[in-house]
Amino acid sequence: MLQTAQRQSKTKKPKTALPHERFLEAFRWMLLARTLEEKLVSLYRGGLITGGVYIGKGQEAVSVACGLFLKKGDIFAPLIRDQAGRSAFGEPLLDVTRTYLGSRLGPMRGRDGNIHRGRPQESQLAMVSHLGAMISVTVGALMSKRFKGEKGFVGLACIGEGGMQAGAFHEGMNIAAVEQVPLVIVATNNHYAYSTPNDREFACHDLVDRAIGYGFEGYSLDGTDLGACLEVIGGAVKRARAGRPPQLVVASVLRLSGHGEHDDASYVTEEIKREPFACDCLKVAEQTIADLKLVDGETLAEWRKEAATKVDEAIATAQQEAPPEGDKEDWCAISMRNLVDSPE
Amino acid sequence: MSITYLEAIREAQAKLLRDDKRVFIYGQDVGGTFGGAFKATKGLAKEFPGRVLNTPISEDAMVGTAIGAAIEGMRPIVEMQFADFSSIALNQILNNAGTHYWRTNMPVPITVRLPSGGTKGSGPFHSQSMESIYAHYPGLIVMTPATVEDAYTMLIEAVAIDDPVVYCEHKYLYYHLKADKLPTEGLPTGKARITREGRDLTIVSYSAMVHEALAVAEQLAPEGSEIEVVDLRSVKPLDTDTVLASVARTGRLLCVGESFPWGGVTAEVIARVTAEGFHLLDAAPQRINAKDTPIPYHPNLWSAHRPSAKEIARKARALLRE
Repeated sequence: MLQTAQRQSKTKKPKTALPHERFLEAFRWMLLARTLEEKLVSLYRGGLITGGVYIGKGQEAVSVACGLFLKKGDIFAPLIRDQAGRSAFGEPLLDVTRTYLGSRLGPMRGRDGNIHRGRPQESQLAMVSHLGAMISVTVGALMSKRFKGEKGFVGLACIGEGGMQAGAFHEGMNIAAVEQVPLVIVATNNHYAYSTPNDREFACHDLVDRAIGYGFEGYSLDGTDLGACLEVIGGAVKRARAGRPPQLVVASVLRLSGHGEHDDASYVTEEIKREPFACDCLKVAEQTIADLKLVDGETLAEWRKEAATKVDEAIATAQQEAPPEGDKEDWCAISMRNLVDSPE
Repeated sequence: MSITYLEAIREAQAKLLRDDKRVFIYGQDVGGTFGGAFKATKGLAKEFPGRVLNTPISEDAMVGTAIGAAIEGMRPIVEMQFADFSSIALNQILNNAGTHYWRTNMPVPITVRLPSGGTKGSGPFHSQSMESIYAHYPGLIVMTPATVEDAYTMLIEAVAIDDPVVYCEHKYLYYHLKADKLPTEGLPTGKARITREGRDLTIVSYSAMVHEALAVAEQLAPEGSEIEVVDLRSVKPLDTDTVLASVARTGRLLCVGESFPWGGVTAEVIARVTAEGFHLLDAAPQRINAKDTPIPYHPNLWSAHRPSAKEIARKARALLRE
């Protein structure tokens, strides 16, 4: 059974044979995400962010590839560690800083925070914390497009190996295959569900083996290799768009942070930190740029400066904006005001 | 011609599919030639190809899919095979659909149909009434039609509403209730109906229990007691004004619901009347619910578990004596 699954699932060897322009574009989104998230961490440590900060350090290469191949009209369901993908998909930096800093001008207006933001009006779904739930929502959005006669669209939903163990994930994967929607699921195995290591999360040989069980095509990926991420995820998006069955990509990385910034991740073993998948994808990409002499050091420094400036501006703007206020809220959870129940 | 409560639900869906291309029906066994466990979609898959779709046994994904479709402009109707199984979809209904407008400013116009309530022999997992759970959470409209006419017009309205609607249809009423014809208009959602006028006692009820309340009102009339029966129609929004106006006339309140007793719709009605209309009451308000146990299988136990006309009559007489 396992052998059958392995035969159907294709393991790609990492390589960086993509056009350099795309590699560099992706790298710049990764750099922006890393710069932004480092700044958010500082603000959190300084007590300037209420609630949690959840970053995607070490997962930027996978994430950016998720956002980069989607076009206007495609559906994107990012998850907790997808800042790079969100930015590449088109999320303005201000959406991030306004949400984290509690500006009432942000998309969530102080009603929800941090990584739960989204703009469903613009096909960027707003995740709920209950993992696996957004897979079927993405399926429904794609079905709607099919009902309306749209063509050439695709949906991409992100998940982690932790979320893959939730019942909703199973239901979502199965219904996606039943409905034969053009969907790509990118599952990033960062080796910890909060503090729980893989051996207490699942017992199968390789998560990608599940693809065949659902009627998906499955691909494995070294998530530390940006070139491989672009090739494999880009390929999956292309195949889904072309009408192939739903695609599952399982990427391997190590989460290079705590679950959130409140978590010191002391449970991450020294042994696992020495694994090849524990490399920092941003450093690996930078090394590739240097090795291949894609741009010079001066340009890299300029890009860093530019990212920092953009982040600083977005933070400064959000910090100057008014927070929401309890007595100015309308406290109405439904859109049809004539149907509001007034229990007071 | 006579039309049952169940046929009214089918006819409403046929009309919705006919009139609105955004509508599709999604649920277990609803499609093909089968037409649903209760036949509420019988013939619709053939009449509306590709728009009445069978799903896997995946309540979470059924509702999740509907939410996604609604975000992208459709008006899906999800049929739960039994209300009881909607517990599997609680996360999508409560945490996703129910929070979506508040969080993102974008409402999710889904309708989730719940075949609710007890019938003989159905047991703990095919008999539940879940309106109180859904009404407790923000962001949802909860309808509980008690008549054939309401079953029809309220389902049509449910799909027109931009917010998520949980539509609790009572299985006992499916075949027991008949009307001569279907209406073209109904009362608006959120408006309760005075089903029977009276001056001595108000019985507030909804769904199948309205008919038990009416039976008691008939039964007590020869004794000289005039009971007013209020059918809430929707438990959220809850028409507190109509209830208070009735209590102002009668001075006595009895609430009857088929769901479990802890908290719930009857408790909510009494809380509101007590808070806002304490001065209107001539006696302490009372309520009757099912017993605080799982719903039993055997008909003898089942009929003793749910509120009965006999029990309602006993409590009504006691209240009238106070």
